[in-house]
Amino acid sequence: MSDDVLVVAEIRDGAIKKVALELVGEGRRIAGELGGNLLAVALGHGMGDALAPLAHYGADKVFVADDPALANYTAEGYSNVLAGLIGELEPALVLLGATTQGKDLAPRLAARLAAGLASDCTGFAVQDGELHITRPIYAGKASATVREAARPYMATVRPNIFAAAEPDSSREAPMESMSVDAGVIRAKVVEMIKEAGERVELTEADIIVSGGRGLKEPENFALIEELAAVLGAAVGASRAAVDAGWKDHSYQVGQTGKVVTPTLYIACGISGAIQHLAGMKTSKYIFAINKDPDAPIFKMADYGIVGDLFKVVPVLTEEFKKMMAER
Amino acid sequence: MNIVICVKQVPDTETKIRVKDGQVDHSETKYVVNPYDEYAIEEGLRIKERLGEGKITLISTGPERTKDALKSGLAVGAEEAIHLMDEAFEGSDPYATALILSKALEKLDYDIIFCGKQGVDEDHAQVGIILAELLDIPHVSVVTKLEISEDGKSILAYREVEAGHEAVEAPLPAVITAQKGLNEPRYASIKGIMAVKKKVIPEWNAEQLGLDSASVGRDAAKVSFVEVTLPPERESGKVFDEDPVQDAIKVAHLLRDEAKIL
Repeated sequence: MSDDVLVVAEIRDGAIKKVALELVGEGRRIAGELGGNLLAVALGHGMGDALAPLAHYGADKVFVADDPALANYTAEGYSNVLAGLIGELEPALVLLGATTQGKDLAPRLAARLAAGLASDCTGFAVQDGELHITRPIYAGKASATVREAARPYMATVRPNIFAAAEPDSSREAPMESMSVDAGVIRAKVVEMIKEAGERVELTEADIIVSGGRGLKEPENFALIEELAAVLGAAVGASRAAVDAGWKDHSYQVGQTGKVVTPTLYIACGISGAIQHLAGMKTSKYIFAINKDPDAPIFKMADYGIVGDLFKVVPVLTEEFKKMMAER
Repeated sequence: MNIVICVKQVPDTETKIRVKDGQVDHSETKYVVNPYDEYAIEEGLRIKERLGEGKITLISTGPERTKDALKSGLAVGAEEAIHLMDEAFEGSDPYATALILSKALEKLDYDIIFCGKQGVDEDHAQVGIILAELLDIPHVSVVTKLEISEDGKSILAYREVEAGHEAVEAPLPAVITAQKGLNEPRYASIKGIMAVKKKVIPEWNAEQLGLDSASVGRDAAKVSFVEVTLPPERESGKVFDEDPVQDAIKVAHLLRDEAKIL
């Protein structure tokens, strides 16, 4: 058993996901406290130079599982390969991003290893050599501290919580190619249906502009989308807007939607039901626009405008457009 | 087709969470069927209706009150419900919960197993996937659309991912974890509710499941909460209510200059 931390670095569309670099930074800090190294592993096919950033951001060693059978993610294939590697390396902790891939893979892998898995974590501390992990529960209405059980322990980590280190492009790390046996894969992706246009993913977004019932008509989401486009922001929606059929569920922020942690959350025409607040209250800044001065969302907004969003939002869009042009 | 649906009873999402002695205080909690499990139940009902045949069995582990959740599922049309209950199960973590469910499933016939994608209480989002691994069958998680092949031997499931949707093909039996959007759950009819009121739900305990009590429950938990805290209350900041245009310009500048957003 070692004191190393292993990061499973997710590759999407030929590049390392941002959350993987955040994990390398935080994983390195944890490994330092435990007295071990930061190891990373990447699975895919034809990854080539894409893996160099892992060393730049702090990995001490990188394991590479490059095989046609791993070109597309499958929970079974990836579990088979990772279970073998983890069995050999015996790290103290295995970290994965709490992405749709990480959340799908980690439980299967944890079951294979009979390892404990803490989901969607937001904090790590080492006390007397023992890991204490913080994770939100009840969609963030409360926070739980989990003490590690037998090692290796596993955690999926929420994107946007930890800052990646400053990269050092001169830093190198040994790369070790693994012999790969992906084993039996029963569930396979047969098609990827991409959304039309570029969409900023809510859980990874730095800025989110969300709309609620106050928009009155589904067409009025155009106002939200214009403001979001100027800021390079993701578009979100309240449950009321989703249940009314104005937006697909993948846009929903809150307890039965996504829990988000952007730097800035702009809530337009959202009163702030307890389930919605749970999903966005860890945003660094909250800016609410609502015509009802008693809307609960104002109780936690850093900035608020009590007024008609149809008047306020277009002005914001214009103002930010000017500011972006001045930069 | 034999359809088994794993159900969890959770606090209503309206619940304000209180903490007492470092753990969640449930003294005033109202319990409901986990919202994601409602999509799971509905999908089972729709498959059965589409095929014109099938049997839906609900299973759940939890204390006595869990029977209410099982009855809710029976009231909308499931045929059978089994309550997996034993003192030894209390405090089980996701792995142990999946282990308990897997032992029950070993005694049942199943072609497809549904779970909600996560319980909206502890939010682990693990049980369904661990269950698939323990049963050595494939899984597809966070499913928003499901098709069953004509021969009834495989599925095509669409799962939500960051950039859109993935279509995943898998042979049955398999575990599906349901995401919101999969369907629109029906309400129980008065007749349905009345019919299940007095229904006796069978209980299976650790011994009947062939489970070693030491492998489940609080002491076996690999994920246990040593402390639960409430996040600090956010304070309200600068709220403007004079002129929408001037207020918007003011806040835009504050966001740039004070919050350094741009």
